[in-house]
Amino acid sequence: MGDVPVPNLLPLPVLLPLLGAALALAFRRSDRLQRIVSIAALAGVVVVAAVLVWQTDVSGPQVLWLGAWQEPLGISLVADRLSALMLLVSSVVTLLVLLFAIGQGHADSDDEVARETPLSIFHPTYLVLTAGVANAFLAGDLFNLFVGFEILLFSSYVLITLGGSASRIHAGTTYVVVSLLSSALFLIGIAATYAATGTVNLAQLAIRIGGLDPGVALVLQLCLLTAFAIKAAVFPMSAWLPDSYPTAPAPVTAVFAGLLTKVGVYAIIRTQTLLFPASPLTDLLLWAALLTMVIGILGAVSQSGLKRILSFTLVSHIGYMIFGIALSTQAGTAGAIFYVVHHIIIQTSLFLITGLVERIGGSTSLHRLGGLALASPLLATLFFVSAMNLSGVPPLSGFLAKIGLVDAGIAVGTPLAWVVVAGGIVTSLLTLYALSKVWSQAFWRPLSEAREVAELAAEEAADEAEQFEQAELDAGRRPGGAATITAAPTGVALAVDTSPRALPRMMLGATAAMTAVGLLITLVAGPLQAFTERAAADLRQRDPYITSVLPEEVRR
Amino acid sequence: MTALARAGFESTLTPNLTLVLVVVGLVAVGTALALDRSLVRVLLGMVLIGNGVAVLYLVVSGRAGRAPFVGEDPATMSDPLPQAMVLTAIVISLATIGFLLALSYRLWQISGTDDVPDDAEDARIQRLARDDETSETYDRSEESTTTSDERAEAGESRG
Repeated sequence: MGDVPVPNLLPLPVLLPLLGAALALAFRRSDRLQRIVSIAALAGVVVVAAVLVWQTDVSGPQVLWLGAWQEPLGISLVADRLSALMLLVSSVVTLLVLLFAIGQGHADSDDEVARETPLSIFHPTYLVLTAGVANAFLAGDLFNLFVGFEILLFSSYVLITLGGSASRIHAGTTYVVVSLLSSALFLIGIAATYAATGTVNLAQLAIRIGGLDPGVALVLQLCLLTAFAIKAAVFPMSAWLPDSYPTAPAPVTAVFAGLLTKVGVYAIIRTQTLLFPASPLTDLLLWAALLTMVIGILGAVSQSGLKRILSFTLVSHIGYMIFGIALSTQAGTAGAIFYVVHHIIIQTSLFLITGLVERIGGSTSLHRLGGLALASPLLATLFFVSAMNLSGVPPLSGFLAKIGLVDAGIAVGTPLAWVVVAGGIVTSLLTLYALSKVWSQAFWRPLSEAREVAELAAEEAADEAEQFEQAELDAGRRPGGAATITAAPTGVALAVDTSPRALPRMMLGATAAMTAVGLLITLVAGPLQAFTERAAADLRQRDPYITSVLPEEVRR
Repeated sequence: MTALARAGFESTLTPNLTLVLVVVGLVAVGTALALDRSLVRVLLGMVLIGNGVAVLYLVVSGRAGRAPFVGEDPATMSDPLPQAMVLTAIVISLATIGFLLALSYRLWQISGTDDVPDDAEDARIQRLARDDETSETYDRSEESTTTSDERAEAGESRG
């Protein structure tokens, strides 16, 4: 390495957000300063990540040993093509979601509800979350990966329970306990790995695990895989996700859906390719992929709340990535990486759109929404494009990502691989079905029809007081609507607002930018695919990673 | 310090059986507690599992030795790496348990009990069953089963 005369940038993606978090905490009295600090830190990470992508592509993996220990002993940060790409995508997503959140905070700042969600805590926590994600992507050893996970998990605990309202506490409880369990499993996996090999450095492990008894190696693999699969929400371990994500604030759900599960997927890719290249678990993973896809999407089809539908499609589409990993071929890995990139962006933009739908329609239940296409044509366009992209309608990136995986599956050609390919296509169609249901009900159906249904529902609602509360909320949240609260008669206002509020420009802008990035992936699909092919080639060869991390005498 | 790198590593680790039994006991009891309905018990279960894992790192570090200070003979000192790792893990679990304690207190404030709530689907099915019993004119085809859930959600997550 070192062909490129650029100082080593590796610590920056972790340090910038952490320093930003400290500053944001210090400036907690001033919203304005907090915003400037957060945006600056995350924009810095985007730039650094872009440079890293270029650097790793031109001159191979970048390595930094911290703390001046003798080389294989200390903590190493490593960026190869995969890490750098993940870092770039995640930093772009976090920056755009931050802009969305700022837009939301801005729009709510005069509001009584805003006091419930203390934004002074939001910014530092969000930055720490970004630092944790970056640390996980750059970790060169298992234990540092664990620390990265813990950093991002802990900030996610805070973000998911933001405001401490009943539904969020309920959701948060499940989430925290499940995460604790997966962390304990991960720790056990690390302990077992250390006992068997005497190291936790990934590159060194790659060499030493090859010499282990296959039974021992299998135990290590299963232990790590289970821990990561919980975080990635792979089928038997996916039940926590649709229960915990939907209640959080829109930007939080968006960034969780986009990033957190993908960090788990990244860890699976990393350990499967680097540590256990001759995977004896291909069949098991293929089954997991198939079940994740099919059961996840059946969950989505049966739901009527937009957020829950999207949470289930999130689980379902994790199956595609596991499919690519399970094939353990270069094409499969490349397809999985491409899918991760595509899915991070699309899933985030869909959740941001949901946040806007909730603002405009006052609900995310399909029973109560209608006429959104008329109310906000731009929002409808954004949803339509993203939904088509997620379901894999040509020529969008979702289609390209799925084609890549299907190709890889057919190339492997085992009966099980064919079954999973078929499952993937069915899942894609069912995704289209679930999302067109959203489209036809929430966006396309005339408002009057939606109102009839909502009216019936409202009449049936026994609790008048609850309705009044809702009416008050709706009135109070319209700009300049504070005076109408007292004038509003009790119990007649419906959740389907007849005069929808204008959407805050910044939120709409961030969402549009997110969708545009999704379209951009389609445009640059050629170069991106070539990049993921190179990244997958690196991963399968393993040499570039190992030789750049370890000094010669340790490599043997 | 070269011994620490264990270059040319061969697993010469002889696990301490007593410690292994302690790990098994702690994790087993912790798992049993974690399956309970009460959040405080779940929390205690998590503490025990965490402690069990911490002891596991002592097993992993091999034979006990002298404190691993610089200048100590590597042959007689214990392996410092698992200790460094487990200290980190203990600090992290301390913070997490603290957070979970606060969470269960808040849960108790809100609902008057620290029972882990039913998940959304369970609650929905229960509500359907309950509504069926109490209402005669109940028209199921028109009812949005998610209404109150979504309303609560809508009210809160807008903030």
